[in-house]
Amino acid sequence: MRRFLLQQLFRPHLIVIWLFLLSMPIWLTAVGGYYSLVTQVLILGLAATALNFLLGFTGVLSFGHAAYFGLGAYGCGLTIKYLAPSSTLGLLVGVVVGTVAAAIIGPLIVRLRGVYFAMVTIAFGQVFYFIVFRWNSVTGGDDGLGGFERHPIEVVGMTIDIAHNQMLFYYFSLLFFALAAGAMGILLASPMGRAQLAIRENERRARFLGLVIERHIWLAWVISCGVTSLAGALYALLNNFADPRLLYWAFSGELVIMTVLGGMRSFWGPLLGAALFVVLRDTISSHTENWMSFIGLFFVLVVLFFPRGILGMLRRKKEA
Amino acid sequence: MTQLILFNLLNGLIIGAFYALMALGLSLILNLSGVINFSHGGFLTLGGYLAFTIEPWVGFWGALLIAPVLTAALGCVIEPLLIRRLYGRDPLYSLLLTFGLAFIFEDLTRLTWGAQGLPLTVPAVLAQPLSPTLFFLTGYRLFMVAVVATAVIALFLVLRYTRLGLRIRAGTFDLETVSVLGVNIRVLRLMNFGLGIYLAGLAGVLAAGMLGLQPTLGGSLIMPSFVAIIVVGLGSLPGTLVGGLLIGTATGLTTIVFPSASEVVIYVIMGLVLMIRPRGLLGEEGRL
Amino acid sequence: MPTSHLWKPSRRTLLKAGLAAGALPIAAPYISKAVGDTPVRIGMVDPITGIYAALSKNEIEGAKLAVDEINAKGGIIGRPVELLVEDSANDVGTGVQKARKLIDGSQINLLIGDVNSAIALALGQVANEKGVLHIVSGGHTDAVTGKQCHWTTFRVCNTTRMETNAVGGVVANKFGKNWYFITADYAFGHTLQSGMETVLKSVGGAVAGTALCPIGTTDFSAYLIQAQAAHPDAIIVLNAGQDNVNSLKQIVQFGIDKQIHVAGAQQELEVLEALPPEARIGTWVFEWYWKQPGVAGVEAFVDTVKKRTGKVPTARTWFGYTSAHTYGLIANQEKTLEPVKLARALQGFTLPPEIALQPNKAYYRAEDHQLMTSLYVGHAKPEGGDSGEDLFEVEKVVAGDKAAPPPSETGCKLTWPA
Repeated sequence: MRRFLLQQLFRPHLIVIWLFLLSMPIWLTAVGGYYSLVTQVLILGLAATALNFLLGFTGVLSFGHAAYFGLGAYGCGLTIKYLAPSSTLGLLVGVVVGTVAAAIIGPLIVRLRGVYFAMVTIAFGQVFYFIVFRWNSVTGGDDGLGGFERHPIEVVGMTIDIAHNQMLFYYFSLLFFALAAGAMGILLASPMGRAQLAIRENERRARFLGLVIERHIWLAWVISCGVTSLAGALYALLNNFADPRLLYWAFSGELVIMTVLGGMRSFWGPLLGAALFVVLRDTISSHTENWMSFIGLFFVLVVLFFPRGILGMLRRKKEA
Repeated sequence: MTQLILFNLLNGLIIGAFYALMALGLSLILNLSGVINFSHGGFLTLGGYLAFTIEPWVGFWGALLIAPVLTAALGCVIEPLLIRRLYGRDPLYSLLLTFGLAFIFEDLTRLTWGAQGLPLTVPAVLAQPLSPTLFFLTGYRLFMVAVVATAVIALFLVLRYTRLGLRIRAGTFDLETVSVLGVNIRVLRLMNFGLGIYLAGLAGVLAAGMLGLQPTLGGSLIMPSFVAIIVVGLGSLPGTLVGGLLIGTATGLTTIVFPSASEVVIYVIMGLVLMIRPRGLLGEEGRL
Repeated sequence: MPTSHLWKPSRRTLLKAGLAAGALPIAAPYISKAVGDTPVRIGMVDPITGIYAALSKNEIEGAKLAVDEINAKGGIIGRPVELLVEDSANDVGTGVQKARKLIDGSQINLLIGDVNSAIALALGQVANEKGVLHIVSGGHTDAVTGKQCHWTTFRVCNTTRMETNAVGGVVANKFGKNWYFITADYAFGHTLQSGMETVLKSVGGAVAGTALCPIGTTDFSAYLIQAQAAHPDAIIVLNAGQDNVNSLKQIVQFGIDKQIHVAGAQQELEVLEALPPEARIGTWVFEWYWKQPGVAGVEAFVDTVKKRTGKVPTARTWFGYTSAHTYGLIANQEKTLEPVKLARALQGFTLPPEIALQPNKAYYRAEDHQLMTSLYVGHAKPEGGDSGEDLFEVEKVVAGDKAAPPPSETGCKLTWPA
């Protein structure tokens, strides 16, 4: 078991990726980047990776993941604003809220497949959006939830000022990204992950092999939504703000796009997709009002010519 | 109170008819080609803008006739260029590509006509209510129902009695066999797509009369159309018609008791329906 | 497994290069070229795409004009001024990110934005955290200069309370005291309604009923049916943008305006232009209007804007114009860019007439940083005169400080850095 874990953790490409992510603050400004941007890439990449846990590895498309992202964000913000000024508590509550919601909803929807599953996730997403939007005495409604901020963390007598030091917050997010991604990665390499792949490839055959499909999908669903809500909570900490549009279906669509853009058959595809999407949008929109045309054109081209995403295309070339 | 319910019921049916028109176009394209056309709203918006542009020359009635045709023509250009390559693939890809297309549409619309909302003038003869008591039955709304009814009947006649219609119906059932029987599938899909987009353009002209014309118009209408299709289940055109009427009515009736939920109620209904009947109310096993 | 494959940049670079090359012919947001010493940078975050695009476009035009005028007069403390515009795309995360990009990356001295109230609030937080001056050009939620006010934040456009105080009395006198509300179901609509109700109660009127309509409602018939059944003296329409266009269109299509008076609070030229002539009805309040005979400077301003954009300035144009000019004026007056000094100097600062462009004194109130700007109560006109753009008839101009609630009622408590 230990050897298996070590094998998984130290694959060569993983080392490169982690070196890259860890060293980012050093060369960030040199390439014209800024912390807010890269932390956002990391957080959205985490959400997209979580989505891909379901989409690319279990073969189930959810178009309502924004809801859990938003629940995580609001759970975190509301905790810090009304309960206790603690970033970690906020994160915890955010994750719990999102995970519990997913756990409850899961059994209701695991029987559905394909576009029906996607639409029912939209339905739940829109209901949550409505609740958050209307309950404006608590959530601030359309004005959004502000008036809270991330607080420095007290640990072992030291104070880690993630509130004012953006680099520290980047590493803070990276830590949680590592934990969550690591957990998902290990799960995918485990028998549970194999079961998911089997379900993706051929559900009927998997059922004949004795797999309880619904339970596996439910598990994958809960994990996926749970990590997404973690990303949402981090997002609230990043911006010191949460707003209802985070729960809207259009945002779910963006997460799906990031996942497919980077390559949904690969674990790191979604992070790459998030990086591409966020950076491109940020760069192009600073240069032209018509950035939507360019982004749209980009999607169209990628879907037509690189359907396996950027990573998928690169992988294909390597195999050729 | 019963009067209120009656009013809202009637009104809901009227709005539902409009949703049905949009959903039918979507359904046509989805059933035959397995393409989830997220840019349908973009074509709708374009139809409205084209109507606005040509109206000074051909008047409202001319615009009503010509704008949808122009929109369908554009659809027939886009289909071979972009959509065709997606056939046979996972519908997810068509969703993503058309999502990107929707972005492009919104942006180019804003670039061409500006972000400022534009007023489409409806002929005075239509902009009158029927009577003081039934004031909400304006000429325009009834006209809209009439147009939708005509379009729906025409659509069903085409599907039932023309060769094209027969091929579309057969193709929805089993495209491979239809192809083997010697029908040009490419042309069939093209015509089907054009037909669906024609309906979108028509809905756009109607929408521009009732609502404000803005580049973001289509985006706000696309999701209810999907809901209309899913609630009743994929694969059935009459079902889509019913679905549209259903969500229109649901919105109308909810406005009486819980107005702020009138936008979200269609999602609640869809969620409930899908949880009880995973394929929609009338959906068929084996589709998507 | 070779690792080089993962980070091959070529295709990405190609795509980026191709996109960048293609971007050239298409309209770029305004980045004025600054020659000479370090420019003073003004960052503007506004939703260039999305439902508020028309409004933000006018705000940006106004700011551009102001920056050009400032530069023509020698800049700010002798330094040229640059305006950097970013698209918030009507999304808070994007808006905050762009604000940080402008502050950290471009070192802006002033942040202007956003039309969207939530983004305006979020921007206020970021600006306050970074100690950068922030002027809210067009976000109306009361909290900006109310419960969530900051020493760094100033606002040009009115609060909802100012609007309702200005127009409420006029409506009650003109039409009667029994009102039915058609209100958009979010903070903006709610605060407008509570403001109108307060005015109504103070003149002894009564609420005939309320219909709370979700944002994005396309069909108002159900609400209008109820409104008509209540037989009020006036239907008060409290929504904005597309909702306003749709509700007015339908009111006219139903012929309700022939039986019941229609009024509301905030109205904008952009909305009236989007309506067919027969739907341009109702009594409203504008925050600034281009036709002000007898007020110095207005005509010249209108001419300049018309030459640049082909259209008359709207209130939004004036918001952007005033926001940028405020900074230019105060920085040149104080001969510094230091935020605390400028903020203190702005308290009570009166805009010169060629910027204020209104018959009353316009000044930033010290207690909440809200610009006490005039409100123009009047009614919409179907035909716009010769130019087609005179769609509003001003009946009464109310001074901002007469319409504004006292500072104690806004909930604003300013805290200054030590």
